[in-house]
Amino acid sequence: MSGIAGTKSSLTWAVHLSLAAMVLLWLFPTAGLLVSSFRTADQIATSGWWKSLSASEQNLTLRTDAPDQQVNQNGQFVIQGNLFDESSQSQISRWGTNSRSISDYAAGDTAELRKGGTVTVQTNGDYVMQSDEPFTGKRGTRIFVTAKSPPEFTLRNYNYVLFDPSNREGIAKAFFNTLTVTIPATIIPILVAAFAAYALAWMDFPGRALLIAVVVGLLVVPLQLALIPLLRLHNDIGIGKGYVGAWLAHTGFGLPLAIYLLRNYMVGLPKDIIENAKVDGATDFQIFTKIILPLSFPALASFAIFQFLWTWNDLLVALVFLIDSTGDTTVMTKQIVELLGTRGGNWEILATSAFISIAVPLAVFFAMQKYLVRGLLAGSVK
Amino acid sequence: MHPALQGLLSIVLGVGGCVAYFYFSNQFLDKVLFPGRGPNAGRNITRANMIRPWLFLLPAIAALSIYLAYPVVETLRLSLTERLPGNQSQFVGLANYQQMVSEPKFWEAMRNNMLWLLVVPAFSTALGLLAAQLSDRVRWGNIAKSLIFMPMAISFVGAAVIWKLVYDTRPVDQDQIGVLNALYLFFGGSEPNTWLTLPVWNNFFLMIVLIWIQTGFAMVILSAALRGIPEETVEAAIVDGANPFQVFFKIKVPQIMGTVVVVWTTITIVVLKVFDIVFAMTNGQWETQVLANYMYDKLFRANDWGVGSASAMIIMLLVSPILVWNVYNARKEMR
Repeated sequence: MSGIAGTKSSLTWAVHLSLAAMVLLWLFPTAGLLVSSFRTADQIATSGWWKSLSASEQNLTLRTDAPDQQVNQNGQFVIQGNLFDESSQSQISRWGTNSRSISDYAAGDTAELRKGGTVTVQTNGDYVMQSDEPFTGKRGTRIFVTAKSPPEFTLRNYNYVLFDPSNREGIAKAFFNTLTVTIPATIIPILVAAFAAYALAWMDFPGRALLIAVVVGLLVVPLQLALIPLLRLHNDIGIGKGYVGAWLAHTGFGLPLAIYLLRNYMVGLPKDIIENAKVDGATDFQIFTKIILPLSFPALASFAIFQFLWTWNDLLVALVFLIDSTGDTTVMTKQIVELLGTRGGNWEILATSAFISIAVPLAVFFAMQKYLVRGLLAGSVK
Repeated sequence: MHPALQGLLSIVLGVGGCVAYFYFSNQFLDKVLFPGRGPNAGRNITRANMIRPWLFLLPAIAALSIYLAYPVVETLRLSLTERLPGNQSQFVGLANYQQMVSEPKFWEAMRNNMLWLLVVPAFSTALGLLAAQLSDRVRWGNIAKSLIFMPMAISFVGAAVIWKLVYDTRPVDQDQIGVLNALYLFFGGSEPNTWLTLPVWNNFFLMIVLIWIQTGFAMVILSAALRGIPEETVEAAIVDGANPFQVFFKIKVPQIMGTVVVVWTTITIVVLKVFDIVFAMTNGQWETQVLANYMYDKLFRANDWGVGSASAMIIMLLVSPILVWNVYNARKEMR
């Protein structure tokens, strides 16, 4: 199509490069969160996540074993072991025993300890402490090392955030609460909207055009207006704050889009089928359930995805209609906002929780993207 | 009862209730009220068919009126009244609005909202158009599209966490873990900035989050529009010697202007309601307040329903031109 002979190759390269740059730019922030969720708190706090993909040099403060581990070998008191965890493959280049001079010694050197005795540290973290006198004190000696560590990732954060029973800020419960809000709030509006959309598309009655206009208008009414009046209404009729209120609210707020999408789709269905069915004596109810509903599957799927993403990602409706003072019904978005406040610096917890909350919508997104795009194209008012 | 069980039950009740309502109300209409046989068969069928649309519409109309129409009216009323002790209220005219416009925080929110309105739709649409045009010309365009589109699935709260990591700040003597500060220092910045507390600029850092999310939406719609452009117009231009930029700006863009407007207005509505991003990232501190968060503050922190409703009405007022425009277009299309 755009084949201008002379300019083509250079322009094609420019297109490839700029698109690649754009894609990388768009992926980069999310990648940061994903990578961070697999790093330990120390790693996140001491180096940027983009450095974690290659071996990195870090300054670490490690401890030897405590003096109660010492053994007496031929009159010498000895403590030995390895400074790192077993699985670590870090390589020590320089080390020291004083926080002000952390690189006095090379790997393999022996240093005098301030409290008496000597210590030798090897490249792989093996150390030997020796002294004529017994080592005293409760804690081990601090060793400051400069070590090169290979990329290292862990599932510990996920384990902690999802399964650790001692973690009161765990997200497992909020995950199930979110699911509990989302599924009914996605399914219930579909049927209500489908019947209404059929009436607006295929039945003739006075006021139809006006009703369609009203639906189009309600599409853009801000949710904000509904908060106080509906909260009062829910309190007055005894629903209060809870799942029922949240389901009803999501149903109400999702209906305009549902009706609009489904009506636009149903209007486009072939007229002959419906008229033939009518001639054969089918009632409107039969036409709807036997013909229209199965044929409208793509539109139903589009709306279901929209509503699912919107209810899963929602914060405002949950804050106002769902979460009461006990916090038992908290959803993930709310939990994460709270973590942002209380654990703003603990990126390992934040990143992991946030990634768990966005993993489900992302999975739905990639699995059903076709329907989402179709819905978007039908849903934007032309 | 366990919430999951309650959820399951409510699905069954909700869906089953709907089906039962539609089935039995239709049966009642056809068999009992206006039976389609006997002496008045013809008249009865006509009558039944007049009533049936309303049977189909009733649940939807009820939900729409309770959950969307009634709140508009009720919020208007609340914005004109003041709450008195003991569930009483008193008509106070425009006093709430007067109080609101005398607050500097309100004007800060208005100013920021206007900034958002100018910047976010413009950048999202422009970048979306760029992405659409670029990805239509390469073979891996579909993959590129789906990756740029991906942030649409991420919640505003999740996006807030993602971008807070980008904007993170560490003390001068430590390694920076936020990309922005790392780049800033790499390109010669003197010391790391706490980006989200720099007044005025921090608004733009919040806007970037929404632009990042909305670009994919703009791209999808505009890409479909670009594909709908008749080939002949483009070919004619190329034959006449137009270069690719001229083809894009003089031939393609004018033909999809209608879609650009739609994308622009849709993003404008999202911007007017933007709440989660500000709530999660700065909560309106450091001069980043926006209307929706201002309203939330008034309603649920200050417990001032009057002023809160008044600010909700301001949002409604800002949305209404788009509302009217949409309704006008929809009616035009139906004729």
